[in-house]
Parts: sequence; C-alpha cells; structure tokens
Amino acid sequence: MKYLSEFADPVLAQRLLDEISATVTRHWAIMEVCGGQTHSIIRNGIDQLLADEVELIHGPGCPVCVTPVELIDRGLRIAAMPDVIFCSFGDMVRVPGSAGDLFAVRAAGGDVRVVYSPLDAVAVAEENPSKEVVFFAVGFETTAPANAMAVHQAHERGLTNFSVLVSHGGGPPAIEAIVTSPESRVDAFLAAGHVCTVMGTRQYEAIVTEHRVPIIVTGFEPLDVLDGIRRAVRQLEAGRAEVENAYARAVRRDGNEVAKGMLADVFEPTDRQWRGIGPIPASGWRLTSRYRSYDAEIRFGVGDLAVEESGLCRSGDVLQGIIKPSECEAFGTACTPRHPLGATMVSTEGACAAYFQYRRLGDEVVPGG
Amino acid sequence: MVDGWTCPLPLRDYAKVTIGHGGGGQLTDELIRHLFLPAFGDAAVDATPTDSAVVAMAGHRLAFTTDSYVVRPLFFPGGNIGELAVNGTVNDLAMAGAQPLALSTAFVLEEGLELDVLGRVATAMGEAAVRAGARLVTGDTKVVDAGQADGMYITTAGIGLVPADVDVRPERAAPGDTIILSGPVGLHGTAVLSVREGLEFGTELRSDCAPLNGLVQSMLATDGDIHLLRDLTRGGLAAALCEIAETAGFGIRFDESDVAVPPEVRAACGFLGLDPIHVANEGKLVAILPADDADTVLEAMHAHELGADAVVIGAVTDEHPGVVVARTALGAHRIVDRPLGEQLPRIC
Repeated sequence: MKYLSEFADPVLAQRLLDEISATVTRHWAIMEVCGGQTHSIIRNGIDQLLADEVELIHGPGCPVCVTPVELIDRGLRIAAMPDVIFCSFGDMVRVPGSAGDLFAVRAAGGDVRVVYSPLDAVAVAEENPSKEVVFFAVGFETTAPANAMAVHQAHERGLTNFSVLVSHGGGPPAIEAIVTSPESRVDAFLAAGHVCTVMGTRQYEAIVTEHRVPIIVTGFEPLDVLDGIRRAVRQLEAGRAEVENAYARAVRRDGNEVAKGMLADVFEPTDRQWRGIGPIPASGWRLTSRYRSYDAEIRFGVGDLAVEESGLCRSGDVLQGIIKPSECEAFGTACTPRHPLGATMVSTEGACAAYFQYRRLGDEVVPGG
Repeated sequence: MVDGWTCPLPLRDYAKVTIGHGGGGQLTDELIRHLFLPAFGDAAVDATPTDSAVVAMAGHRLAFTTDSYVVRPLFFPGGNIGELAVNGTVNDLAMAGAQPLALSTAFVLEEGLELDVLGRVATAMGEAAVRAGARLVTGDTKVVDAGQADGMYITTAGIGLVPADVDVRPERAAPGDTIILSGPVGLHGTAVLSVREGLEFGTELRSDCAPLNGLVQSMLATDGDIHLLRDLTRGGLAAALCEIAETAGFGIRFDESDVAVPPEVRAACGFLGLDPIHVANEGKLVAILPADDADTVLEAMHAHELGADAVVIGAVTDEHPGVVVARTALGAHRIVDRPLGEQLPRIC
C-alpha cells in the first residue's frame, strides 16, 4: 500500500500544477462530484495551489450529506424500537436527524452497532434470530453492490429478521440535473473514480454528447485529483468535450459486470430526494419487487415521516456551486459540525464541514503556497 | 449525582452520556469543564484539566495521576490491557517530568473471566512496572456480573517525584519554541482496531505501547530547557497539539511531511477513513523547547530506543492563538482540529 503516499509526491504535484498553469488561458469552473475528492482537495490544500483561473466547485457527492433528513429520522425511529438491532456505517452514527442522532439513541438504550460491511449486519441477524436487524444502506454505486449482496444473502439464507433502510443514489442523473440547472456555472466535471469501478465510464457518454461538457473520471489521492483537473483544463482549452478516464488503474469502460448484475437483481431506479437539492427523477434506487419484503421502511411503517429543513441553510446553493461554504451567513455561527443545519456540514466529506475543519479562520492563518 | 444538581452551562447536545464523551476529544473536555469541575466546586478550585497534577509536599514536588483502562480486546498485537494500564500511568507521570515511584492497581473483573487471562495480564503489569522502575504498592479487586466490564477494567493511579531542577508544564510553551515528535504515529490505534474488527492489512500492526519515563530522563539529563512534554494518546498527535495550543494560548504550526506514518498505518487509515494524526498512540511524545536546545535534546533522544526516530515537526507561534495549522505535503496549509469524540470510519 506504499502507493498511497507516492500519490501525494510534492515534486510530481508541482509538475501537474505547472502544466495546468501553462495550459489555462481563462476562467474555468470544475466540479468535483465526489465527497472523497472534496475532502482530499481541502485537506491537502489543492485549491490554494491551483492557478487562479481554475475554480473548484464542490459537488453533491457525499452520500451521507445528501441523505434526506426524514430518512435519518426514520432510521432513528426504527433504531429506538424495542428488539431492534440497528447496524450502520460509522459515518451515519453522528448524523443528526431533526431530533438527536444514533449516538443518542444508543445512550437511551437502543442497540446501535457500527459495522464495516453490510455482510456483518447479515451475520448479526443470523446470530440474533429473536431480534429484528436493520442495516442503514447508504451510499452511491460504490457501496451499493455490497449492500445488494447482503440482501441477496439474507434472502438465500431465508433470514426473515433482516431488512435494509435504503438511501442509495446514482451519479449520472445528479450530474445531469446540475448540467441542466439554469443557475449552473460548471464547465467540466471530475466524476467519482470509485463509482466508475462499478459502473464504468460508458454511463457518462450520453451526457457528454448531449450537453457538451467534459467528464473526467478521477481518483482521490492528491495527484489523482490534480491529474483530473489537468485533463479537464486541457479539454476545455481545446474546446473538446469527452469522457476521459484518469483513473485507469481501477476503472474500465464497462465497469464491473458482476457487481452491476447484482445491483440490477436487487435494486431498481426510482425518483429520490437529494438533501439540499430536491427531487431528481430516477436518481435513487429501491428494492425490486423480489426483495421488497426486506424494505425496513415498509416493515416498520415509517415511510410517511416527513420533516422541514432549516430555512437558514443554503447547502443546496453550495452543492450546486452557486456559493462557497464560507459565503453562507450561517457558516461557522448558527451552523457548525456540532450543530449542522444542513447536508454539507454533516459529514467530514461535506463541503461545509471540510471548510470548517480546515479553513474556518480564513486567509490570515493560511498563507498561500 | 448530587440531589438538585443542575448543570451551570448545560451540555446542550446530549442528555445522557454517549460513547463520544469518553473519546478524549471536545466532548470529554466539555464534560470536565462544564460538569466535573463546577460540580466538584471548592474541592477542585486549583485543579486544571491535565493528565497529572504536581503537588508540593514536604519540600518535594510530587506528580499524581490516575487513569482507567477499558480496552477491547484485552490482548492485542504489541501489548495488553495490563501493560497499557502501567505504561499509561507511568507516561502521565513522566510528562510532568517525574520519575514514577509507586502505582496502585484496581481491577473490576467480569464473572467468568479465565484466571489464566487475569494471571497473564497481572504478569504483564509486573514486568511493565519493573521496566519503568516503579513499584505496584496497593490495589483493589471487585467482580461484576457476567456480561459487564468486557472481561476486565483496570484503574491505576501513580505518584512520582519531580526532580528539583525540572520545570515542565503547559504554561511554559512560548512563541519560537521548537516542537519535537519522538517517532512514527498511529500504531496503537490501528493495531487495536485491526484485531477488534477482524481487519487484516497484510503486515501485522503492533501497538507502540511503552513506558516513556526512560526517554524523558535522558532528555531531561541534557542541558536543554524542556518547556513542555505531552504523550500522544487518544486523539493522537492532533489532539495533543490542539490541547497544547489551547492551554498555552499560542498557535502551533507543523509540517505534515515531517510526521512519520508507517506504511501499514497509512494503509489501515486509508481503508478505515481515519486520519493518522488523529489515531491513538501509547508510546510517543511531543516535546516543546527553545529552538537553540533542539539539537542537544534530539541527540539524546536518538540514543534511546524509543526516540530513535525523533524529529522536529514544527514550532510554537504567536500567530493564530489556540489554533494548530499544518503545512500539507503539497505545501498548502490547513487547520488541524480535535476530533469531536470517537473518530468514525467513513463510508467511502
């Protein structure tokens, strides 16, 4: 795993930065779609080092951030029920619903467990036949195949005490929604490399053709991100709009057929709410009719729970690149990671949380370069 | 809890104790400042929330500390709960510049615990104390019902003697001071997590659990005027530096590329979505001292097995008081924060 640090090599990074500076002739706005990329950019200070002409807009690619608050509330309600073991990735445990988080449910006596794989939750269900075991299935196409596998295995093993609370979404419809938004300023996209390991690069070809916008499939290490930006700038300057694979060590054009097959068996597209953005047609997934009985929302009757979001929060504008996090009036005052008003302040991969964690004192503390 | 007790500055987020309150981050700090200290009232009037207190007694200065150990699993690569319980208390004393003298050991045992396990833990405690030059002088044993206490909890307390010419405390850190880190970070936390969660990373991760008093002695024996010592425990390097910056009221800068992270720790952290500078250590320290003294102290550290990889990582500054700023590997800058509570593995 030595490569992780090699992909942060400062000499190579400078070479990429120099090449970007030498290529760029005018202002371009590039959106990194994935929260992992946002985190890498802010943590490593990549945006501070880029040529002034290149603006990075932090997109809606953190699955935790864009999970609607009512879905979190549904999770909290289920987790607080007697005889329920509620399993979640660590990320979701601290995400506040409209009243409290999963930590608070646990402190109040709920059985909330952090798992590293949805298959662990299936094992918990097997070990606890007298309990209902619910897995909070959050994530994009990267995590969805494993979650699909969990449902599939539960089905194979005849486990009737396992269910999933599904908050899955897909990338292309979200990118399309941003491209077609009248307020969008995005000139090119860095698509999420991990998502494409599953889905392949082919899924973006129609968007690129129809909307004439470059999409660069990009990794997460600092050099990956810089290489993605370099390729985006080169395309934009040359007037090209293509799908380009800057993460070839992991991504193929057709993706992973086995994983896609598993997904198609367990999930089907559905309209979904994106926290901070609103509804996007066909951008979410729900269980297919074959597996519908594993849907925790139906099993526990929590599907009708609805919540109002804070009016102060402008996370939708942040997610669409209309404002920077620090331009929101609530940033760092009414809204902090301790008391997030909205999606983007919630997870470490949210743009507002990343700004708060790494940038909140502004330029006087953080001299450039 | 005292009858009629009301929180003077309510802990707003949670009405009950959560796991995060024990994480050594902001939530723990709030519990101390806004619950314990006000509730203790006059009894804690001189108390500062540090890992060990120095009290003057009969012409001597004694360092005094206590700590509870609740690690799961009880045995992990590189150590076990007993070794941790002795070394942790020894290290808290050493960070006050004290030579550990005597430790107490209190056990809360779970009904059904194998005596063989308890015997191995106790043996490890004896060996660790001998290695640190301290004695185990008193103790207590309680047993709780099966299902409680994860096998066993251990509480140790310790006293140590601070030599007359030693003055090591947070208030002495001053702008211009140099910050030395004694070695690579993140081993203990990733080692425990890897066995706890059954994760394997190719290479075996081993905890860095070790008594630091010998290293500290050799540092104090130099002409260098060490202002402050802090061992890196929960919350890792980041939490230690943030706590120093907040207590001293100065800013701290450090260079991320000077902080050694073993490849296997980096891999584990990459996999789990953790930041190595936030991950727990049990055998590392930072020292803050005048820049002119750095070479002398580094030389002494390099001669000691636990300080062989010691390096200068940064400096104390009068800019951005209370805030820690890291220079990233790429040459940009970012704020380094304390984690809120437990660090939570990310989804993707």
